[in-house]
Amino acid sequence: MNYLKRYWLLVLGLLALTLLVSCGKKPVKTPPPPPPVTATLSANPGSIQRGQSATLTWSTTNADDVNMDGNKVDPNGSQSVSPSDTTTYHLHAKGGGGAQDATATVTVTAPPTPTPAPTPRPTPPPVTDEQLFAQNVSDIYFDYDKSDVRADAQATLSRNAEFLKAHPGWKVQIEGSCDERGSTEYNLALGERRADSAKQFLVRAGVSADALKTISYGKEKPVCSASNEDCWQQNRHDHFVLISH
Amino acid sequence: MLKQANAKKSEGMKTRFALLVVALLVVGLLPVAPANAQDWYKGGTNSGAPIRMAAADFKPATGDPQTQPLNTVFNTTLFNDLDNAGIFEMVAKSFYPAGTPGYPQDIKLDAWSNPPPNAAMVAFGNLGVTGGKISVQGWLFDVKNPASPQVLGQQYNEDATPEMARLIAHRFANEIITRLGGIPGPMLSKIYFISDRTGHKEVWQMDYDGGGQQQVTKLGSIALSPRISPDGSRLAFSGLTKDSWQMMMYSFDLGRAVAFPRFPGGNYSPAWSSDGTKIAFASSMGTGASEIYLADASGAGPKRLTTGKTDISPVFNPKTNAQIAFVSGRTGLPQVYVMDADGSNVQRVTDQGYAVSPSWSPNGLLLAFSWVRKYGPGVLGGADIYVMDIASRQIVQLTHDGGRNDFPSWSPDGRHIVFQSNRSGEQIWSVLADGTHLQQLTRTGRNSQPNWSTH
Repeated sequence: MNYLKRYWLLVLGLLALTLLVSCGKKPVKTPPPPPPVTATLSANPGSIQRGQSATLTWSTTNADDVNMDGNKVDPNGSQSVSPSDTTTYHLHAKGGGGAQDATATVTVTAPPTPTPAPTPRPTPPPVTDEQLFAQNVSDIYFDYDKSDVRADAQATLSRNAEFLKAHPGWKVQIEGSCDERGSTEYNLALGERRADSAKQFLVRAGVSADALKTISYGKEKPVCSASNEDCWQQNRHDHFVLISH
Repeated sequence: MLKQANAKKSEGMKTRFALLVVALLVVGLLPVAPANAQDWYKGGTNSGAPIRMAAADFKPATGDPQTQPLNTVFNTTLFNDLDNAGIFEMVAKSFYPAGTPGYPQDIKLDAWSNPPPNAAMVAFGNLGVTGGKISVQGWLFDVKNPASPQVLGQQYNEDATPEMARLIAHRFANEIITRLGGIPGPMLSKIYFISDRTGHKEVWQMDYDGGGQQQVTKLGSIALSPRISPDGSRLAFSGLTKDSWQMMMYSFDLGRAVAFPRFPGGNYSPAWSSDGTKIAFASSMGTGASEIYLADASGAGPKRLTTGKTDISPVFNPKTNAQIAFVSGRTGLPQVYVMDADGSNVQRVTDQGYAVSPSWSPNGLLLAFSWVRKYGPGVLGGADIYVMDIASRQIVQLTHDGGRNDFPSWSPDGRHIVFQSNRSGEQIWSVLADGTHLQQLTRTGRNSQPNWSTH
C-alpha cells in the first residue's frame, strides 16, 4: 500500500516536470509563406436564351495579375456578356502565392419560335342558345367502373342545375359514356347509370325531370382514342346536349 | 373450389382442365347417346380415344378445267372440317400411301391400317365437273374391319362453284362426324357478328370456319349484340336510332328488318329462349337504369325480372329455359348471376374480378364467360374466356394469351367456342372447348360479339 502511494507521487512529479519543460520551449523562426491566391467566378443567370445577357462576377485575393480568357481584368469585378452559343469563361489569377483558375459557363438556348402576341379578345357574348348552353353547362367525369357523382362533379352539376333552372322549357339530353376497357354490353349499362346519376342529382337540385332525357353510348362514341389514363378519364363522362329550347 | 383454384393457379389449373375435358366428354356426349344410339358407329378398335382419321385427296373424275381447282377447295375444306371436329386424331397427309383411291375398289385397306398411317378410318372418293355441275362421291371406310369396311357412302350434285365445293365438303364432313361422334358437327352452322368494315357497326354472318362472310344489316348507325333465333329465321339485335337504343329484328325469310316494339329508354342485349317463344333483354324503360326484362318473341308484354342498377347480357339455359344467366354490377364490378326465368332465386356465381358475357352451353350444364379474374389497379386489361360447370362451380380457363377476350358463344355441338379477342386487333376466333385448335376467323375491319347459330 505504502509502496503504491509513493509510486503515484513519483509519476505525478515527472509529469509536472515534463509540462514545465515543454512550455519553456521557444518556436523556430522561419520566413512567412506568401499568402495563397484565391479566385472565384460566377455567371448569373447560368442559362440564357440567345440574345439575352448574363453577368459574370469574379473576385480574387492576393493576386497581382488577373485575366479573363487572356484579357487583363480588375482583381474584383463584374461584366455583362451576351454569347451567341454556350460559352465557358476562364479566370486566371496569379500572385506570389501561386496561381488559381476559376471557370463559369453560360448555357445558351435557342429562343422560342416567335408567336404573334395574343390579341386580347374578350369572349363574345353568346349569340345562340346552344352557345349559351355550352358556356354554362359542363360535362362531368367519373372514376373507373363507378357511376356515383364525384365531389368535383357535384360542384359542376350544381352550376349546371342553376343554369337549367333559369331556363325552364329547355330540354337536355344527358349522354353517359365509358372508357374502352370494359365490355361492350356492360358499358352500355354503366353509361346508362352514369347518365341517370346526373339526372337524379339535377332533379334533386330542382330541375324538372321532364326536361332531362338520358342515353348511354357505352364505349361506342369515345371522344379520345388513346389507351392511357388521360384518355380513359376523358371518355368516362356525362355529356350534356341541348335538344330543344 | 374457386378459392383453391386461386391459390394453386397453374398446378390446379392443369388438373382441373383435365377434369373438365372429361366432364365435357361425359356431359357433352352422354345425354345425346340414348336418342341417337342406333346411329352411333360401333366397331373398330375405338374405345374413347380420338379416332385416327385419314382424309385422302379426292380423285379428279373428269377432265373439265374446273375439276382441279374445285377439287383443291373440296380437299382442303374436308380435311380442315374433320380436323376441327375435335373428335379425330388426323393422320398427316405425308404418311398416306401412294395413289389416290377414287372408288371402293381402289383402296388397299392394309396400306392405310398399318403404320405409318395406322389409320382407323379413311375418307376418300372422287370429284368431277361436267357441264357446269359438280358431282362428288364420298366414302368412309373402317380400314381395320376388312370384312365390312364401308361406314358411309354419299353422293352430292350442285352447281360448279367454289362455294358449293365448300358446302359439299361441309356436308360430307358433317355426315362423318354425326356417324362417328353421335351428333352433327358445326360445319353447316353460321356465326353472326358485328363488323365495322363498312364504316358502321353492322351485323354480318359467316360460316363456322370464317368462310362466306357477308353483311346482314344496313342500319347506318350502330348495331350491337346480334342473337340468331333458334330456328335461324330471325336475328334480334340492338340498334341505335336517332334518339335511343332499340331492339330490332331482321327476318332472313323476308331479307329485311321487320317491325319490333319500341320501348322507352335504352334497350340492349336480346336473348332467345331455345323454343323461340320468348326474348329476354336489358332495358332502362322502368327505372332509368338497365334491368332484365322478359317478353314474348314478338316483343309483347315486357315484364321486369330484376331490380339491379346495371343488369345486362341475359342468356337462357337452352336445355330447360327455366333459368337465365346475366351480368350485374349491383355489388360493384360486374359479376355473373343465375336466376329462375321468373326473376326469383338470384344467385351470384362468380365471386371476384370483372366477369361478363355469359354463354350457356347447349346441354345446359356449362357457362362460358369473360373474366378479368384478378382485378385491381395495375392489372387491368387481361380478360380471358373461362368455362364453369354450374353444378359444381368448378372453373377452367380456356384462353391464356392476355389481352381482352370477350363474348364467348357455344357451337351447336357444344364442342367449340367462338369469341372476340384483341390479340391481333379486334377479331373473332374459335377454339375447341378443351382449349385446342385456336383459329382466327376474321381479318377485315374490327369484328366483335360473335353469336353461333343453334343448328
